[in-house]
Amino acid sequence: MSRDVAVVAFAQTPMVRRSEDANEVELVMPVVNEVLEATGLTISDIGFTVSGSTDYLMGVPFSFVGALDAVGAWPPIEESHVEMDGAWALYEAWVRLQLGDIDTALVYCFGKSSPSASLAELLSLQLDPYVMAPLWPDALSVAALQARAGLDAGLYTEADMAAVAARSRTSAASNGSAQLRGSAPADVLLEEPYLVAPLRRHDCPPVTDGSAAVILAAADTARRLASRPAWIRGIDHRIETHSLGARDLSSSPSTVAAARHAGAFGPGPGDAPRADVDLAEVHAPFSHQELILRGALGLGEEVPVNLSGGALAANALMVAGLVRIGETARRLWSGEANRALAHATSGPCLQQNLVCVMEGE
Amino acid sequence: MANACAVVGVGQTRHAARRDDVSIAGLVREAAERALEDAGMEWADIDAVVLGKAPDFFEGVMMPELYLAPALGGVGKPMIRVHTAGSVGGSTALVAANLVRGGVHSRVLTVAFEKQSDADAMWALSSPQPFSPPLLAGAGGYFAPLIRAYMRRSGAPSHIGMLVAVKDRQQALLNPYAHLHMEDISLEMVEQSPMLWDPIRYLETCPSSDGACAMVLADAPTARSVAASSAAQGRSPAWIHGAAMRSEPTMFSGRDQVDPRASRDCVADVYRQAGISDPIDEIDCAEVYVPFSWFEPMWLESLGFSPTGEGWKLTESGDTKLGGRIPWNMSGGVLSSNPIGASGMLRFGEAALQVRRAAGEHQVDGARCALGHAYGGGSQFFSMWILRDTEP
Repeated sequence: MSRDVAVVAFAQTPMVRRSEDANEVELVMPVVNEVLEATGLTISDIGFTVSGSTDYLMGVPFSFVGALDAVGAWPPIEESHVEMDGAWALYEAWVRLQLGDIDTALVYCFGKSSPSASLAELLSLQLDPYVMAPLWPDALSVAALQARAGLDAGLYTEADMAAVAARSRTSAASNGSAQLRGSAPADVLLEEPYLVAPLRRHDCPPVTDGSAAVILAAADTARRLASRPAWIRGIDHRIETHSLGARDLSSSPSTVAAARHAGAFGPGPGDAPRADVDLAEVHAPFSHQELILRGALGLGEEVPVNLSGGALAANALMVAGLVRIGETARRLWSGEANRALAHATSGPCLQQNLVCVMEGE
Repeated sequence: MANACAVVGVGQTRHAARRDDVSIAGLVREAAERALEDAGMEWADIDAVVLGKAPDFFEGVMMPELYLAPALGGVGKPMIRVHTAGSVGGSTALVAANLVRGGVHSRVLTVAFEKQSDADAMWALSSPQPFSPPLLAGAGGYFAPLIRAYMRRSGAPSHIGMLVAVKDRQQALLNPYAHLHMEDISLEMVEQSPMLWDPIRYLETCPSSDGACAMVLADAPTARSVAASSAAQGRSPAWIHGAAMRSEPTMFSGRDQVDPRASRDCVADVYRQAGISDPIDEIDCAEVYVPFSWFEPMWLESLGFSPTGEGWKLTESGDTKLGGRIPWNMSGGVLSSNPIGASGMLRFGEAALQVRRAAGEHQVDGARCALGHAYGGGSQFFSMWILRDTEP
């Protein structure tokens, strides 16, 4: 039986194409200050601090070391870092809180992709360094392979993909932090040429700079810090094999496994599990990935997905996953939902997936 | 209250300047398979994998946990990638241990590696520092002024660093996995080696290595059953009695980089957890992150093995040698093998080998309590654990 832990504060920067001169500290400091102020805590009150980022975006080794200055780690703090999306930093914090000796954790993450001349090419360095990366398959082309696999399997159409894009960016119109707000109707989007077939520009995420922070609190501390905490009822993550040729790219078995371990699925036939939630935020940088994830999670038509606009409206790498958890928590705090699911992904073609089931109470 | 957790398997590669015989996947698998064999386990027995390494620029692979998932048996399992600078091997082990201590998993494989021959680590370690001219070349450039400050404060004689350099290389001769096996190492040889970053000579510096380390961490029921099985061959689980991490900022006015407060706070925390009040008498041996020779006396003081200003006396008297009062770096230490991302885990793993009494020729007789230590960044990130052969 795990210890009750809740999301009690969340902040994100405005997500922008280029944060100009902002360094790591300047990106992170506003969101760290915001969550501390929201809870009335100081850094000395925090039991554990953990961050997520990757050096390759800033182009400097140890970029997380500089970011630590945003926290004011003095007196010294208990602190760690994952070279992953902030959603996995949150997972590490949740695990740390399970030990029972501390009651609060600060999670932050940052991603500044604008210094890269071509983010899509940079991401090819995530691929097997011996047999794939030397061919420089860029991230758009790799995602297009997956989109094609789903089309060929008859899971969705290009019109379905355009509908996801139009709906996401239309939803983002009411999200002040989103980068792309508003969209032409899906039928107009479909008149655009392919960027990398079968992906059109609207199927792809923007390049985004931004940061986010969350405070987790356990049990009574969470109740003291928030009137209606977003309790984590289950959280789990799973990874698939790396080789694209060895995977069925039109499905997401690691999402299914993570959701099952996180207790996302209600009682029902095991073959077609359905996430038992009021709404969901899924981390789907490409339009077709939302459709694959909806299938994996068994999210029916009646479940609103990505009311924030999702990663199609703002996709700061290493941040967009944690933002899904934060956006979900906000809707639980407000009472807009009682039980909701947040999802984060890492790697090419949804290789690694995290599912977090939360309830407002 | 955290659940009990023990190391039930330790594995490492042969460390070398270049391991051209294996890919990155082959390197990590070599260590992981040895850890599983030591634990008497199969890949399927593992619940989750926690991978650590230093900057991705060292190999030029971005977030290599993605590529390494199948090689480490991670497919279908949770996999986490930790990076906390030089302390990463230690903090990776602690993140893995927390999965067990927090009751999330029963059996966790943790692995740390670096394949430094794939790139030029020295330049990846030459980060520009704020308000400083860009003259820094390698980690030694950062640490040399701290060593000079220590020498001035303590009044330590100038040969102390060379004594450490010789001692650790002599101890490495007893460790078949060590990168450096310098049969003819001597004080004269160290003294005559080129001065790299005054006062750090070439032979007072760690090498650049390819290598990996792995451990299997288990909850109490699993650890007890592993210990009772024939695979254990009488080796005891190495039980965690204290575990802590601390960080402080790289630079600010008034920060003591020679004896950082994060180091003092971190070690005070592990000693409190383990009930240790007099480390030199209550700990049987320590494997401590000493990448430049002078960090032995510096950490002897910071970790409470001697009063401030007197750590060098323990080194000078030979107390830190194998067979001495408090052996340090029995394996040969970072000075003899340095795959950076794995260096912290090698320290943590050596502490486990000692209390499992599986350290072979560099075994400390009757070792029952050991300290594993790692640090990183500008002496600002610390991770430590205390292991004993008895269940807490």
